[in-house]
Amino acid sequence: MSPQKHIWIVRDYLKCSGCRKCEIACSLFHENRIWPEASRIRVFMLVPGAEVPHLCAQCEGYPCVESCPVDALTVSKKTGAVQVDKEKCTGCGLCIGACPGRVPHIHPTEQYALICDLCGGKPRCVEVCQKGKWGALRVVFKADERVSGRSRAYKLYALTPEEITRDLIVNLYGEAGEELI
Amino acid sequence: MRGYAGKFIEVDLSTENTKNVTFDENVLRNYIGGRGLATKILWDRLGHQWENVDPLGPENILLILTGPLTGFFPGGRICVSGKSPQSNGVIGSTVAGEFPIELKCAGYDGIIITGKAAKPSYLLIIDSQIEIRDASHVWGKNGKQTLKLLTKEGREDLQRRFPCYGEWKEPAILYIGPAGENKVRMAAVMAKWTHAAGYGGYGAVMGSKNLKALVAKGTGPLPEVDDIEQVKALIDKVSEECYGDDAFRRWGTGAAGYEVGAKSSSEPVRNWQEEWHNQQSFGVNRFEQRVWIKRCWGDFGCPITCLKIAMSKVGPFKGAIGDNPDYELQAYLGTNLGIFTPEENVYLSSVIDDLGLCGIQCGNLLGFAGELYQRGILTKKDLSGIELEWGDTKAFAALAEKITVREGIGDVLAEGSYRAALRIQKMKGKNVMQYVVQEKGVALGAHGIRSGEDYTTDISYACSVQAGDHTSVAYEPIDHGDSELTMILHDSGVYCWFNTFELPEVKWDFIKAVTGWEIGPEEWYQTTALRILHLQRALLLLGGPDIRWKPRVHDDNPPRFYEPLPSGPYAGKKVDRAEFEQSRKEYYQAAGWDENGIPKAEVLKRLGLEEVDKVLEEKMR
Repeated sequence: MSPQKHIWIVRDYLKCSGCRKCEIACSLFHENRIWPEASRIRVFMLVPGAEVPHLCAQCEGYPCVESCPVDALTVSKKTGAVQVDKEKCTGCGLCIGACPGRVPHIHPTEQYALICDLCGGKPRCVEVCQKGKWGALRVVFKADERVSGRSRAYKLYALTPEEITRDLIVNLYGEAGEELI
Repeated sequence: MRGYAGKFIEVDLSTENTKNVTFDENVLRNYIGGRGLATKILWDRLGHQWENVDPLGPENILLILTGPLTGFFPGGRICVSGKSPQSNGVIGSTVAGEFPIELKCAGYDGIIITGKAAKPSYLLIIDSQIEIRDASHVWGKNGKQTLKLLTKEGREDLQRRFPCYGEWKEPAILYIGPAGENKVRMAAVMAKWTHAAGYGGYGAVMGSKNLKALVAKGTGPLPEVDDIEQVKALIDKVSEECYGDDAFRRWGTGAAGYEVGAKSSSEPVRNWQEEWHNQQSFGVNRFEQRVWIKRCWGDFGCPITCLKIAMSKVGPFKGAIGDNPDYELQAYLGTNLGIFTPEENVYLSSVIDDLGLCGIQCGNLLGFAGELYQRGILTKKDLSGIELEWGDTKAFAALAEKITVREGIGDVLAEGSYRAALRIQKMKGKNVMQYVVQEKGVALGAHGIRSGEDYTTDISYACSVQAGDHTSVAYEPIDHGDSELTMILHDSGVYCWFNTFELPEVKWDFIKAVTGWEIGPEEWYQTTALRILHLQRALLLLGGPDIRWKPRVHDDNPPRFYEPLPSGPYAGKKVDRAEFEQSRKEYYQAAGWDENGIPKAEVLKRLGLEEVDKVLEEKMR
């Protein structure tokens, strides 16, 4: 049997409209409420026009999983997503510090970390972004090192919103961009 | 109550006291939120002394209100209101952005601000924690700087208070630029860099209260709704209709900068001396190819995302950044000033936004000043050395800066088109009122009525309770989808009108699914909206203290609209006075106003507005 292919969410910040429909879709799916701060994908707008949908990059080595002192984080075999065991997680936040992009955050009213679980393989954020034809989020299959002998440097995408924004505004606004943050 | 957070914050800036305020369900059912509720609050608190309330005095109340549909109906907005320093009535002025979402997620439906802060301040709301903070470090700063500093400060603050949460998304911010600080009557309440609650002049009201900004972060969910499954289905339904309208998503309103001039002859050109142009240099294709750097931009929940980010890449205006000027700013900061290139239009829009001026009000005024210069009434000397030639972008930008700081003639012009015209008339001893294109203190939106080819008609502005506001025009029949009563629903809801184009009836389903209330068109047009309209009308006519409007005189079109169009395919067309008077008479009748334009006693009584009737009887009839 060939190994299960894992998906990965490509983010194209230049195409993000800032509509935040991904936050709405994510929180409706996970919380059955419209709840931007409880969304596993969060759109940062540190500079207008440079909207950054920020979510887990399922990076190599999963440093968040490594850092968890209570083994609340595991990697789903099916999807490759990080799963948070809500019962075990204490909301200590060590995974946030371990993540190169400081992607996880703590649920606003509960004591556990929020990390994108790829909705079990059918991410709702991507679905709405594709339906609306923005194309800022798209699903691709992850390169599988068991097949190709190499994997991509997904960790490069695990940057903080500020780091991403600093690069993005140069692309968008050139030298003037550096003055905007 | 479903759809509502359930409470409002009231802040007295004079005493620095804050408290929670609630409204009974029947008040909310009757006035909804946003514009409707603002009118009710203003009537209750200030109605009896309205003529004496200085819109720029500490006695005015600044209202920043969401509605039950905000955040649910795709494309959330927030309504800014109070006694308007432009019309001396009430204007519901809405602006997009995430501020209303943060506010509702913090547990509040709106903010009621009274008094005046002793020093420059901003209001910080983090869930139930509310603070009045020092804003002296951002006072005097332009929009981009203000937003940058407060975004940084807001995130650092959140990080310090809740260090274990993770990365904090920025709080949402409403602010004023220097124009608001200097109580320029054309000052807007701004969001992001370019979003403006422009009509009404509430930036000046914020400035008069020493209030530079409002900063909000809410960590809760949006309020409970009556039927979440139905709300989800309706969000999808509205969104999918909008996704199908790719033309509007692609071009936004920015296609109109060329089209409204060239095709419908209803775009202001050189202070409305013409309404036709055929300048293909100003075509949307040229904006698209030359200056768009992001093709779809929008705010929370919006399926259309009709905005674009634009940047001038070449020439003397290289480096100017903003959203792509929408139709109104293409017209008022473009054609109305004889400017016909995308780069110059982007530059001037970015300057006006950054100063915190309303692009419509200010563009109208700059055009008025341009015509006075053309006619030799205002000279280079009057304008402190500025040669205000049509098409001279730098000259118009320089004048806008003088207006913002009220320097020289800028101090006169800062009063807005109508009040400035009155003063210049006195100064110069010459009649200039025939050159000012405004309605009851509010500069008109950029949709002329002479050609008869636009959506506006001869009563649109003349009979509107929001005067020159092109997003709330009087229309007969009053139960029509384009009527002012429909706009009252959008502005009270509070959500974006643009997302209703494809499915105009879905709003009633939305109200039911969110609030549980069955408010159908019959109730809305015959009672609820009419009540709000009458209250707004009463307050507009009470007016004062500097100007009061007489319906027989002031429910009229600008003199220019009675002059024939001089050029284009509709040359010769103008507003016919006799026809207008007939339309006005019919509109008064339909709205329930007497032949003098004053709400009728029996209608007010039917609507439960006996108190209003008493005041009008005593002061107006």
